[in-house]
Amino acid sequence: MVPNAHFLILGAVLFGIGIVGFVVRRNFLTVFMSVELLLNAVNLTVLTFSKMHGNLSGHALVFFIITVAAAEAAVGLAIALALFRKKKTVHIDEANLLKH
Amino acid sequence: MSFPEILFYVLALLTVACAVCVVAMRHPIHSAFALIATLFFLAGVFVLLEAHFVAIIQVMVYAGAVMVLFLFVIMLLNLAPEELGPAKVTASKLLGLMLLAFSAYAAVRAYLTSEAPAAASTGRVVEGTVEEVGKLLFTKYLFPFEIVSVLLLAAILGAVVLAKKRW
Repeated sequence: MVPNAHFLILGAVLFGIGIVGFVVRRNFLTVFMSVELLLNAVNLTVLTFSKMHGNLSGHALVFFIITVAAAEAAVGLAIALALFRKKKTVHIDEANLLKH
Repeated sequence: MSFPEILFYVLALLTVACAVCVVAMRHPIHSAFALIATLFFLAGVFVLLEAHFVAIIQVMVYAGAVMVLFLFVIMLLNLAPEELGPAKVTASKLLGLMLLAFSAYAAVRAYLTSEAPAAASTGRVVEGTVEEVGKLLFTKYLFPFEIVSVLLLAAILGAVVLAKKRW
């Protein structure tokens, strides 16, 4: 059997990679994909805890997380389209309409 | 080493490699394909956690529906190489690399210090089959389940309104 700690380590590493992508990248779409990576790392962690406690509620929680992620992706990509129409770029430093 | 263990370490390695590609690739379309691969490998890890229902949802909803949306938008925008900005080493990239190195160091340390698994699992073994999770969703979590449908409707309407030509 694989120790539960190794699943948690994998989740932590994925979360770290996602955080770095979220902070460092300046492309709107890549930042968005980093957020998906973060959500997946959390899903893995929740499922591991669910297994450790012998409780299925974690699976229901992950189901809801995936649903919310799908909704978030739809709205976020619509915002990306709107930003591209307005500014002709997806560079997030150019997204300063609320500032001026 | 038993078969599930070998499978886990291979899948974990592939997942991390593809996740790094998601962050490191220059063009979003390469990132998107790497993310699809990451989600597939992660679905394999979910199967090892006895989460069969979630693994299937992962492939169908995430790798299927959500990533198709991503690819669709990326291809719709059709970014030229010059629109991606110049490739230069910035302070934030160096800082990110350092953060990644620290994260890798912490992971290796945790891996080396994690104790060997107990011979027999102490807790109950639960299997996240479609039947079991479905029962849970339609009894204990029925109200959140219905609320989520309202959230999805709101998201659809929001996406249509935001992506409309004139607003």
